[in-house]
Amino acid sequence: MSSQFVTPEEIEKKLQKQLKTLPPLLIEDLRGELLSRKITNTQLTRIIKEVVKAYHGSLVEPGEAVGAVAAQSIGEPGTQMTLKTFHYAGVTELYVTLGLPRLIEIVDARRNPSTPTMRVYLDEEHRQNEGKVMKLVQQIEQTKVERVSQSVAIDLAEGGIVIELHPELMKDKKVTSEMIQEKLAELKVGDIEGDDERIVIIPGLREGEEVIPMAKLQKVLKKVRDALIKGLAGVKRVIVTKEKGEIFLDTEGTNLRGVLRTKGVDNTRSLSNHIHEIAETLGIEAARSIIILEAEDVLAEQGLDVDIRHIMLVADLMTNTGEIRQIGRHGISGQQSSVLSRAAFEVTVKHLIHASIRGEQDPLLGITENVIVGQQMPLGTGSIDLLMMPPKPPKEK
Amino acid sequence: MKKIGRIWFGLLAPDIVRKMSVTQIVTADTYDEDGLPISSGLMDRKLGTIEPGQRCSTCGNRVGECPGHFGHIELSRPVVHVSFAKLIKKFLKSICRRCARLKLKPELIPVYKEKMDEAMEKTGQIDQDIADAVLKDAGKPSVCPFCEAEQYKVKYEKPTTFYEEKMEGSVRLTPTDIRDRLERIPESDSYLMGIDTRVSRPEWMILVVLPVPPVAVRPSITLESGVKSEDDLTHKLVDIIRINQRLRENIEAGAPQLIVEDLWELLQYHITTYFNNEVSGIPPARHRSGRALRTLAQRLKGKEGRFRSNLSGKRVDFSARTVISPDPNLSINEVGVPLEIAKILTVPERVTEWNIEDMRQLVLRGPKDHPGCNYIIRPDGKRIDLRFVKDRKTNADGLDAGHIIERHLRTGDIVLFNRQPSLHRMSIMAHEVKVMPYRTFRLSLCVCPPYNADFDGDEMNLHVPQGEEARAESRILMLVQEQILSPRYGGPIIGGIQDYISSAYLLTRKGTLFTKAETCQLLASAGFREDLPKPSITKPKPMWTGKQIFSMLLPKGLNLSLKASVCRKCDVCQKEECLYDSFVLIRDGELLAGVIDKKAFGAAQPNSVLHRIVKDYSNSEARRFLDSMCPLLVTLITNSGFSMGIDDVTLAPAAVRRIEDILKEAEENGLKLIQAFRAGELRRTPGLSLEETFENLMMELLSKARDGAGAVAGQELGLDKHAVIMTATGAKGNALNLAQMAACVGQQAVRGKRISRGYRRRTLPHFKSGDLTPQARGFVESSYSKGLDPVEFFFHAMGGREGLVDTAVRTSTSGYMQRRLINALQDIKVEYDETVRNSEGQIIQFRYGEDGVDPARSDHGKAVNLAAIIERVLSQKR
Ligand SMILES: [Mg+2]
Ligand SMILES: [Zn+2]
Ligand SMILES: [Zn+2]
Ligand SMILES: [Zn+2]
Repeated sequence: MSSQFVTPEEIEKKLQKQLKTLPPLLIEDLRGELLSRKITNTQLTRIIKEVVKAYHGSLVEPGEAVGAVAAQSIGEPGTQMTLKTFHYAGVTELYVTLGLPRLIEIVDARRNPSTPTMRVYLDEEHRQNEGKVMKLVQQIEQTKVERVSQSVAIDLAEGGIVIELHPELMKDKKVTSEMIQEKLAELKVGDIEGDDERIVIIPGLREGEEVIPMAKLQKVLKKVRDALIKGLAGVKRVIVTKEKGEIFLDTEGTNLRGVLRTKGVDNTRSLSNHIHEIAETLGIEAARSIIILEAEDVLAEQGLDVDIRHIMLVADLMTNTGEIRQIGRHGISGQQSSVLSRAAFEVTVKHLIHASIRGEQDPLLGITENVIVGQQMPLGTGSIDLLMMPPKPPKEK
Repeated sequence: MKKIGRIWFGLLAPDIVRKMSVTQIVTADTYDEDGLPISSGLMDRKLGTIEPGQRCSTCGNRVGECPGHFGHIELSRPVVHVSFAKLIKKFLKSICRRCARLKLKPELIPVYKEKMDEAMEKTGQIDQDIADAVLKDAGKPSVCPFCEAEQYKVKYEKPTTFYEEKMEGSVRLTPTDIRDRLERIPESDSYLMGIDTRVSRPEWMILVVLPVPPVAVRPSITLESGVKSEDDLTHKLVDIIRINQRLRENIEAGAPQLIVEDLWELLQYHITTYFNNEVSGIPPARHRSGRALRTLAQRLKGKEGRFRSNLSGKRVDFSARTVISPDPNLSINEVGVPLEIAKILTVPERVTEWNIEDMRQLVLRGPKDHPGCNYIIRPDGKRIDLRFVKDRKTNADGLDAGHIIERHLRTGDIVLFNRQPSLHRMSIMAHEVKVMPYRTFRLSLCVCPPYNADFDGDEMNLHVPQGEEARAESRILMLVQEQILSPRYGGPIIGGIQDYISSAYLLTRKGTLFTKAETCQLLASAGFREDLPKPSITKPKPMWTGKQIFSMLLPKGLNLSLKASVCRKCDVCQKEECLYDSFVLIRDGELLAGVIDKKAFGAAQPNSVLHRIVKDYSNSEARRFLDSMCPLLVTLITNSGFSMGIDDVTLAPAAVRRIEDILKEAEENGLKLIQAFRAGELRRTPGLSLEETFENLMMELLSKARDGAGAVAGQELGLDKHAVIMTATGAKGNALNLAQMAACVGQQAVRGKRISRGYRRRTLPHFKSGDLTPQARGFVESSYSKGLDPVEFFFHAMGGREGLVDTAVRTSTSGYMQRRLINALQDIKVEYDETVRNSEGQIIQFRYGEDGVDPARSDHGKAVNLAAIIERVLSQKR
């Protein structure tokens, strides 16, 4: 009996033949299912035939309004989402925007998301070693002068800026006075003098100046306060988490470029939730992926079931020009070629005025335009012209 | 059929305004003493007519046919068109004040021209980016590169004033000066500046003649008192004509410059507000009552404007709207339509030699008898209104092939049914009409989820498709049964709700047995017409189990297994052997194990019984299943009775005591926590302040207490209580609702925090300042069944209000997001080459969703249900 069953090699051979007809994911699933069962050759042939048939039956039809359906599928569950900002799953200390506000942030492609974070995975050497991880955290987390001093202020008696250092915090962050002075020197803020407790900065005088103007002192003060002693700019906080025996870092604030360059980081898996940052560091394809991932996460977290294809379409539309375009007036909607469509969306008069002087033409290819002029829209059953020649009625006898 | 190919926008030239005008308007008056329109006035008959019975003196047509005709006003002095003011500024800055040429370096001109030509050839349109670059470059030189004239800085003051900043001071540029300069811009230069010279000229941005819209655009209304009230636009035009007249008289009389300038300024103001009454920098023109006038820009703009209100969405005939109510005996495909509505809505039907007798009958019955007819349309297009026909017999006899009659809506017709907000495509579905008495639309309860409808006063709309094509598409694409699977997730959106689920549980749980009579009654309500299977109990009398009855309605050959909602998530699932009967197993159309509840029968449940029927059989089979199952479940639950009362949430004294203990302990722990916080003994959570740490710990403690109390109630209340059946099966409500009713309501929160505001450092005046105890910060110890004390009630109202506000805000923000998504994505469709493109033909995806699978045809997102196929093939004979 057993000789009747097909071998894995035979299954593989048959599957390879379907590479062009079936999508890779489906072939993979099918392989898994087939290998886990005992099947005869005829059954195998029949199964593959049936799968191909079922697959063809599930394909989209030309003309299908996939855009409108995607928009509805993402928009409709919006009414069921929360407006609140909640904790991140598992990590209690890190607040992350979720729900409707986050979804809007994603489709808006906001340049400054309200809670940028990174999930930093570590390489094999660091993954399990807590001691090494702490060192890495020191490298990543930004430390500003302000964070390690009791006060940073203008001292008119000194004619400059005085930093009162906080020795304990400095020890905590592994920062020395020399390090701070060195960094400040790089910034060219003026003459620097200091010891372990206090640093004095006297900005240089410009030609014709007798005293340093207050405005300049203020400027330098801000520069000094924000001066980065170590770590990556923008990474305000790093939280170490252990899950399934693997240590990884979650950050408040992002600096993906910096993190990916840091030794010890697994730069194949680490990610930021900042769409524009991803586009700038990893390219537009990565940005598309992060839009999909983030939108999926938001919807899944709210327990909403939305097919990934809808999210993909939105992500593709937002990125297909090579640049990230938001869904709305300042992005896709504003760049539509149809005057009527733009006028019907937002800022009506501006678009009409503009069209008149530029002599714009509306070829009436879209949906809104054709609704406006009262014509059939080129979508679904309206996208084809079907002519029928009815048989002539038989002549009466 | 004629089709509009494209619309080309351009500026109106003064000559064209004059040419398309039928009369010059000179008098500001509208009607004379007799109420007749004054010739050359704003209501001149030549502009078209709006009074019924009157004929237009230009085209001779009556109200419906006359399209209206434009007039014009010759302005005494040119005036700036506000909307173009910013552009005029840019132009003035970039052209020479003497020779009016673009101040572009001569060597740059051919470069830009080549670029612009290229863009023009590619798109047939001006490239705004190139024009912007040109204007920027040409704005810089302070000496003209051609005539070497010195240039001055042009200053623009909102909304329509321009100055030149000379050494000796600012000099006003009048519209005449500006027009003079713009007029002299060579064609080739204006082309580079971004003007499509085929349709526009720069000087046309300064008006010398004003078109007067036809009266149909600004109809006057006669109030009940007989007083005529004019449209806002007419008011504005009256102002314009008056000032224009005075300006002309003053100029002709040689009045002082100052007076002329003042009048000119006033004319500019009126024309500015005529175009746009919301321009910044000037006060809006107001009606006598103080209301700001609604002029041209306001008519187009915004949600109530022409574009969004009249062009993107239109009012339609052949529609009805009324309150909805449920009818469990209707099929999901049906809609109950009140007889009164059916007599008003009509379907056009062409009379042929085959149906002429039926049509005659309809005509004979006329508009008042139900399956009747309201109109006859003769081949010459003439309509006969049967309401005013005395002897319908003549009309019926006169009926001939080729006539069209508009007959009453009747049972079996296809209509579209809709409930707002129409958030997804299942918000409009096609139903078959069932004409019924009474005055509400009736629908099956199973279609409530896609419409998101309930019956607390909801109203719905109904539309009658008028063409053969529309009816065919409605039936094939939009019928409810075709919409069972939602394209959002590839699962059913239609299905059992609320009592259907409770009833399905009652039917299929262990121990439900029916006598022959009961069984027959249940099956009769389902329309079951086959033989009964063997009873599972024969002695003392034959009895059938609920599972047997459920199985009788399942299609033959259905295979399925799933975990029910009542599943307790045991560590190791016992499958069929589950103690709680929560593993549903269906083999060959037989329910072998498990209870049917929300997971198996509910709406919006992927992999439910209904989902498998749609996927493995057909939409029609799924409809048949629902249409037979639902009435059966209604019969069952009506006969057995199902309700909830105080008993369902009343606990035994011992349980009440346990809950009291839990709450008391929580209170003590809370006090300890407060002490620790006050004494500074609390350890701060990294990243949080001490207060936040304290609040978090307190919230955690209190929510644990509430959960503990709820758990006690949960243990106490078993599945014998109807309330528990409802929550456990997923019919309605959840465990938290029950816990709040039976045990403890718990912490009330505002903005996710304990309630802390109201008075200074306290929430209510009878607490001590700085009181941090649970009672003072919104913890409700009582249960709903016990009742809340006044303080608890107050906090509860605070939390409740936040919920209401949240809902209101959410609908508006998500509505706007939806609108933007729709606008950005609506043009995208799949083409015949399998690519996904927008209306311009740009490719968005090479293959839809990477695998080309339609989510609505997928099996919960998967292209193919492999397990089902393999199982099917393997079960076939070798
Ligand atoms: Mg309602
Ligand atoms: Zn006319
Ligand atoms: Zn010149
Ligand atoms: Zn179980």
